[in-house]
Amino acid sequence: MNMPAIKTEPATAIVAPKTPGASAPAATPVVTMTPKRPPRSEKYSKMAKDTAVRVVPPLIVIALLMLFWELVCQRAGSTLPPPSRVFKDTKELIFDPFFDRGGIDKGLFWHLSASLQRVALGYSIAAIVGVALGTLVGQSVWAMRGLDPLFQVLRTIPPLAWLPLSLAAFRDGQPSAIFVIFITSVWPIIINTAVGIRNIPQDYRNVAAVVQLNPLEFFGKIMIPAAAPYIFTGLRIGIGLSWLAIVAAEMLIGGVGIGFFIWDAWNSSHISEIILALFYVGIIGFVLDRLIAGLGKIVTRGTSAG
Amino acid sequence: MQAYLKLDHIDKTFTRGNATTEVLKEINLTIDKGEYVSIIGHSGCGKSTLLNIVAGLTDCTNGCVLLENREVNSPGPDRAVVFQNHSLLPWLTVYENVRLGVDKVFASSKTRSERDAWVMHNLNLVQMAHAKDKRPSEISGGMKQRVGIARALAMEPKVLLLDEPFGALDALTRAHLQDSVMALHQKLGNTILMITHDVDEAVLLSDRIVMMTNGPSARIGEVLEVPLARPRKRLELATNPGYLKCRQRVLEFLYERHRFVEAA
Repeated sequence: MNMPAIKTEPATAIVAPKTPGASAPAATPVVTMTPKRPPRSEKYSKMAKDTAVRVVPPLIVIALLMLFWELVCQRAGSTLPPPSRVFKDTKELIFDPFFDRGGIDKGLFWHLSASLQRVALGYSIAAIVGVALGTLVGQSVWAMRGLDPLFQVLRTIPPLAWLPLSLAAFRDGQPSAIFVIFITSVWPIIINTAVGIRNIPQDYRNVAAVVQLNPLEFFGKIMIPAAAPYIFTGLRIGIGLSWLAIVAAEMLIGGVGIGFFIWDAWNSSHISEIILALFYVGIIGFVLDRLIAGLGKIVTRGTSAG
Repeated sequence: MQAYLKLDHIDKTFTRGNATTEVLKEINLTIDKGEYVSIIGHSGCGKSTLLNIVAGLTDCTNGCVLLENREVNSPGPDRAVVFQNHSLLPWLTVYENVRLGVDKVFASSKTRSERDAWVMHNLNLVQMAHAKDKRPSEISGGMKQRVGIARALAMEPKVLLLDEPFGALDALTRAHLQDSVMALHQKLGNTILMITHDVDEAVLLSDRIVMMTNGPSARIGEVLEVPLARPRKRLELATNPGYLKCRQRVLEFLYERHRFVEAA
């Protein structure tokens, strides 16, 4: 409905100076000038083009890979199913992720949500503990000297190596899995936070000193925002690691969870189900990473720019 | 007359391992209320260290700083600093940067709305009220420094400490900001201690110029009174014999008697 209105205006503008003769030849065309705005259809087509530039190449690559996979695995004696078989075998799982027949015979949604809950809990504890310890280590030279060597050694221990120990301590699968998530993701958070705190410019400390912020205000108003880019780097590495660790941990502890789903599928030789589960694990890992990155972008807006 | 701010026999030595460097030696200086004092000297002579000692950001080795006859040895809003590189917190808006100090200093003496009005009043003083919701990265260098000045002024300091406040600015912006500071000093009557290495700036703005000898062991070489009437006008002073004489004195001190020796 807007289009005709905009179009008529310039038309009258051209007519106007002709009719009144010499009364105000300079003023009228200036007043009626409308800023040239590209038509809406043009804007949409530009947007579509931009999206296509980003979406089309990966789509082509995926299609080619699928084709390659299909061709390689179609042979009679191939050990892995081609994509068409995967789809046929797992149709039920794909289209009905919410079924629940008791025990561990549940839809993929329930497995994934169980895994995500463990990660959410373990990762949240890691984030809180990691930022707190990182602040301590970044702020106090003595804490750094005392704790840093310990961290450097502990962080190299593979996540699964912690599992037997935590099973011995907790005597239950659930808290052990959560502990493994925690211990896996806490190190990058600690180390990055410490670096961020150590790198707070002296100027900001001076400002805080002149204004006489107390330690708590200094923590909340200077340290956290100033170190936020570093903290979020640590958080992002942490979420990736914890998603890596959960699958491995769940394979061992059993119960509901995507890790055990994969193990169970392997035991019953449902190779197609494994491939479907891997697809979901990848997508969710990607989404988690983007989520933390996006959160970081919102929180640290303005911080990095001087 | 009793001294308002008094620097009493201040020495400063830095120790790193076995090596000790004496930076400042026997600094004595008294500043009256409402006075504008500049400290000038070659780079590395310890003038910034001296300002940090007055601000309480650095401890002095010997001697003390007295403000209204009370010793001050830790930083506080009564000696607000305008930093050379503005030091605004980039995650806060212009308004919030000023508000941070105001909220601490007037936590009990002003209500919430009074504090808000006070922040806006100070932003108006430096003509920055229009940018109150902008972040420091969105405004120019001169504007950032204005906000830095507003933040310091808003704390109602007894002494305003300026650490080469115009050093990072281009010549035109610098002149403009110098005029603003002069006008503010005229209007509010603050006591100001400024570090500078610009001779014209020192003569134009100050009541007295403290000239420091070269380090190590920098001392106060000479204190020059600037007997020019206020308000001062940049253009008129350019040909004023009194101004030229002062300028000459400072230049002689800096470039003849205490030439800058290139440090290895």
